[in-house]
Order: sequence, then structure tokens, then C-alpha cells
Amino acid sequence: METIRACVVVVAAMVAAPAWAERPADFLQRFEAEARGADAAFSASAERGRNWFESRHGRDWSCSTCHTKDPAVSGRHEVTGKSIDPMAPGINAERLRSARQVSKWFRRNCRDVLGRECSAAEKADVVAWLIAAAPSTGDGQ
Amino acid sequence: MKAATALLALSLAAVASAMASGGGQRDDDERGRAAALDPTYVEECGACHVAYPPELLSRDSWTAVVGQLGRHFGVDASLDTALAAEINAYLQAQAGVYATDDSEGQPLLRITETDWFRHAHRPGEDGLYRGVFDSEAVRSPSNCGACHLGAARGRYGEDEIRIP
Repeated sequence: METIRACVVVVAAMVAAPAWAERPADFLQRFEAEARGADAAFSASAERGRNWFESRHGRDWSCSTCHTKDPAVSGRHEVTGKSIDPMAPGINAERLRSARQVSKWFRRNCRDVLGRECSAAEKADVVAWLIAAAPSTGDGQ
Repeated sequence: MKAATALLALSLAAVASAMASGGGQRDDDERGRAAALDPTYVEECGACHVAYPPELLSRDSWTAVVGQLGRHFGVDASLDTALAAEINAYLQAQAGVYATDDSEGQPLLRITETDWFRHAHRPGEDGLYRGVFDSEAVRSPSNCGACHLGAARGRYGEDEIRIP
């Protein structure tokens, strides 16, 4: 009976909340720690992240070209026109939840926007901005 | 005890079924043409654009597309080797049977440049007007979902077209 009760609890938990592998704060911590390898005094800055997100970096696009300047709203792919869900984890609970996704999209989009991979410091700042840009609306933390 | 076990099995089945059907949507009303798209293909190739029906390009065309994902129409769409191979296998298996080559016999990379697409989307056809693909609401002929309401689910039937 104990086993059954435990199973029921597990099932209830599965229904209540998706099994997120990671939390947004994990990525902030990870990139910040990595950036401190190059600069021991580094501390992520949401304000710096916002500026960086809105700026072009020697090419045609900024992050905000497709994602807009407001991470709380939907963006639109510059080439295909397809809608892109909001980037702020406080609005879109799927953001900053999977190391595979975070790594894939930073790799691709940084190459498109900067022509190179992003540094850990740049990633830490932009993650800080995405987290700060919109307050969390729910559970899942 | 028996009842509790049965209840547990039922609730597990319900959870599994809800997950599999993406929240209870069923595709029974589909008019039979489009096979369900591969979930990996949809996840990896359906983020920036609709996951295009694999049968709209030939095997040669898909080989060319998957072979240059790092420079995918001006955008980096690179995948790790294992994922690219898995997706290519799916595309090869589902590819169209007719060649989709350009006039010099090179495989086309764009579905929108194939003879079929140009013919099916010519001005006047199904309410299409000149300039519709450049309109603010559509922006690109690759934005299938702007008019084909079921494009994300692989559905392109005439009863699901709404031209903005």
C-alpha cells in the first residue's frame, strides 16, 4: 500500500508540473562561474545584457531583430515570418530549462548575430536580462 | 488493493495518452493525406519555420539541404552529427519520388522554387493575389502557416486555407 501511495504521488507530480531538467537560475550560475575563469571579478548584469540584446554586433541583426526588445512578448523570425514564443522564463516556462536547447540556440544565434560563438560573460548577462525582464508568473521553480 | 492498482494503471494511461496527443487534440479529422510528421524532425526543423512535408523535395534535394545546415539560407541551423543523420534518414525515407532539380540539373534547396509549388501558388489560384507573399502578414512564401491554418500539423487541405 505504501508503494501504491508513493506511485500515486509520483503520478500526481507528473500531472501537476512538467519534469524540468534545469532551472533558469542554474544557467545564470553556470555561465557566471565559467566567466569567472577569465575574469575573477565578473558578475552578471541584466542591464548590460539588455544593451547587448538590443545592439547589433557588426552584422545585420541583433537578438531583438527577431525576439523584439521585450522578452515578455512574442517575436517573429526575420526571414520566415514564423512567430517565436517569448524569451523570458517568467512568461514562457519552457525557456532556460534544457541545457541541450540553451546550448544549441546560443551556438546558432550567436553565429548569426555576432559571426562567432558567444562568450560565457555575454551569455551570463543575457540570461540575467531574460530572467529579470519579466517576473515569474507561476510555479515550476 | 486491486482497485487501487487498477486506478493507478488508469491514471498512468491517461497521463501517457495526454502527453502523446499533445493535450487531447486528435488528428482523426485529417483527410487522410499527410502522414504524422516525425517528432524529432518537427522539433529540430520546425522551430524557425514550419516542418515542411518531406515529400515536397526529392532525396537529392534533402541530402543537399541537410549537408549545409551550418549555412541554411543565411542562417546557422547546425545540428550535431547524430541528430542530422537521424533527420536525414527520415527525410530520405519520406522524400518525394519526382526530381526537384533546377534547369541545370542541380537539386533545388527551396520547396518554393519547385515547379509544383510555383504552379499550385500562382496568382489567381485559390484566391492568391500578386504580392501576397510580400505582404506584412505573410512576409515569405516559406511561411506556410500564414495561410495554411493546419501547417504546423502537416495539414494543407483546401478547407484549411485562409489568405490574410
